[in-house]
Amino acid sequence: MNPASSPTGWYFSQFDAFEKTLNGESKSELHSLRREAMDKFQSNGFPTTRNEEWKFTNVGAIAKAEFKPVLGLTSSGVAQSNVRQFWLDTRHRLVFINGHFSPELSTVGTLPKGAVCGSLASSLRTTDPHAHTFLARQVKVDETPFVSLNTAFLQDGAFVYIPDGIVLDDSIQLLFIASEKQPFLASPRNLVIIGKRSRVSIVESYVSLTDQTYLTNAVTEIVAGDESIVEHDKLQNESLRAFHVAMIHAKLGAKAQFTSNSIAVGGSIVRNNVTVVLDAERSECTLNGLSLSTGSQVIDNHTTIDHAKPNCSSHELYKAIIDGKSRGVFNGKIFVRADAQKTDAKQTNKTLLLSDEATVDTKPQLEIFADDVKCTHGATVGQLDAEQVFYLRSRGIDETAARDILTFAFASDVVRRVHVDPLRDQLETLIHERLDQGRLVESL
Amino acid sequence: MMLEIKNLHASVNGTEILKGINLKINAGEVHAIMGPNGSGKSTLAGVLAGRDAYEVTQGEVTYEGKNLLDLAPEERAREGVFLAFQYPVEIPGVNNTYFLKAALNAIRKHKGLEELDAVDFLQIVKEKMKLMEIDESLLNRSVNEGFSGGEKKRNEIFHMAVLQPRLAILDETDSGLDIDALRVVADGVNKLRRKENAILVVTHYQRLLNYIVPDFVHVLMDGRIVKSGGKELALQLEERGYDWVKDEVERQPVQA
Repeated sequence: MNPASSPTGWYFSQFDAFEKTLNGESKSELHSLRREAMDKFQSNGFPTTRNEEWKFTNVGAIAKAEFKPVLGLTSSGVAQSNVRQFWLDTRHRLVFINGHFSPELSTVGTLPKGAVCGSLASSLRTTDPHAHTFLARQVKVDETPFVSLNTAFLQDGAFVYIPDGIVLDDSIQLLFIASEKQPFLASPRNLVIIGKRSRVSIVESYVSLTDQTYLTNAVTEIVAGDESIVEHDKLQNESLRAFHVAMIHAKLGAKAQFTSNSIAVGGSIVRNNVTVVLDAERSECTLNGLSLSTGSQVIDNHTTIDHAKPNCSSHELYKAIIDGKSRGVFNGKIFVRADAQKTDAKQTNKTLLLSDEATVDTKPQLEIFADDVKCTHGATVGQLDAEQVFYLRSRGIDETAARDILTFAFASDVVRRVHVDPLRDQLETLIHERLDQGRLVESL
Repeated sequence: MMLEIKNLHASVNGTEILKGINLKINAGEVHAIMGPNGSGKSTLAGVLAGRDAYEVTQGEVTYEGKNLLDLAPEERAREGVFLAFQYPVEIPGVNNTYFLKAALNAIRKHKGLEELDAVDFLQIVKEKMKLMEIDESLLNRSVNEGFSGGEKKRNEIFHMAVLQPRLAILDETDSGLDIDALRVVADGVNKLRRKENAILVVTHYQRLLNYIVPDFVHVLMDGRIVKSGGKELALQLEERGYDWVKDEVERQPVQA
């Protein structure tokens, strides 16, 4: 259908080659899912700016590149000593190289009986009923073309299964490292199932050990059981030559409390989708986001909160700090279904433009079909407050430091909402590094 | 002489506000600038502190032998100029104490003094807090965020107490204060009076000057100092308002 030279044609021929390596597995249920996804991807193609969902973010540069899917673990000389810098202080750490689980680099502490924290590929191989039951059930195969592409090359990622009534004190870090020397495609697929009344925090970290151009195309599916408390944090700090597209999709049970903190600082073109379905009464979600961009980066955050049932609440705060010629995009959808009476939804989006050439497109999108609801949204776009800058300077602080202090304060409003202490420390250091006079601000 | 202002003219958006200010301040003196609304009092304070909304079109300001107008706001602060704001701005996310420590250390560094560590700094802060009757909770909050009007003004003088400026400019520090808060603020200022320091009090009303007794009072009208005198001039203004000064000025030929 597509000539091999078209973007989808390249991936189709790669899929073809992949299929030939599978032998018997090509008859499996998993592989028919992949094939279905490849079909969808081929017929839909990469999105263009004519598509409303991609209006502000041109992924032409991604479509044009021919990224080679990484089909297995090639350790590529990545040693523990290279990886340590990205560690969070926790007992549970799963490390993935170009999307594939590395047992050598990973470590998992003692887990309660029945809990699983490991590679999705091995769970699928061992016919773990939970992995098979939940995989690709939250996100539709054609939810976005990138989800289709991820699913077509779905092999590995993290599988976390926590039975009912478990409180995990340590957070689970999922560390995704890009390291290939050729232009490549990493397609990590994560599945997180949290039982009733359980309490877990999970941190996804995306980093690079290569200067190569590549695409991380990740999908994370989360099911938060009734009355569970789940925090999902993500730090995307890939190289400025990397492309990063990701979908996080969470479905909440009754009275579940779900928090997503999404921090993006790396990547040349970045698109994050966070979708939460409040699928049972009295569930609650909090979505926070912070992006820092400079140079010619484009960081696009799309969030969807689907109030499907009554008496649920959602709180959303997305902030962007945009410098240089970089661009930010925020699109926040809130659906309130006809059935979802007594919904309480609040969305706030704030953008700080640090240069004259920095731009942002921000779009709240509320679609409300119930009548007894409370929904508010607000967006502000601005520069640093001149009066605040003058106030700090009039006390002896130089202009650069004054601007850094105020920029840090803007960011810390989101950072302090991260409850995983080591991640919060890591984020603060990272933001300091990004600011010209990190030392002075650090002394604050 | 600490400060000498000569024929200072300044504009905002092309409109001239200060039309030739002349003023000399020596160390150890307290000067009050009084005047009706719109006379240019806050503009003068702002120009001295380096607020960039104002354009100086003529004249000069010499501070400690230096051309003050050449210095950036932070350089003026490090040289010992302090402005207590009429409307202190709220800065969410910036801790009041940590900010003040950074400010004090920037000033100390400029003076060639060693930067203070957290322990030494805290000691100074505790001492000055008592002086200003400041509640400890204000220290751990963001700069001015959610402070009442009185707390904001008190916080300004608290900053002044910690930073120990040579020349303090108090811009309408009395506005919005009830009588008790006014007394606390004035007491704080008085405790900071030294023979090597000077204070310039900018105010509309005389009542602050009951507590901070000035050596000199100047009346600012339409961008010029039209009358100067001792502390009794403030009382006269309180009693008779500003109109008689205006009449007096209009009867005199304008000085070249």
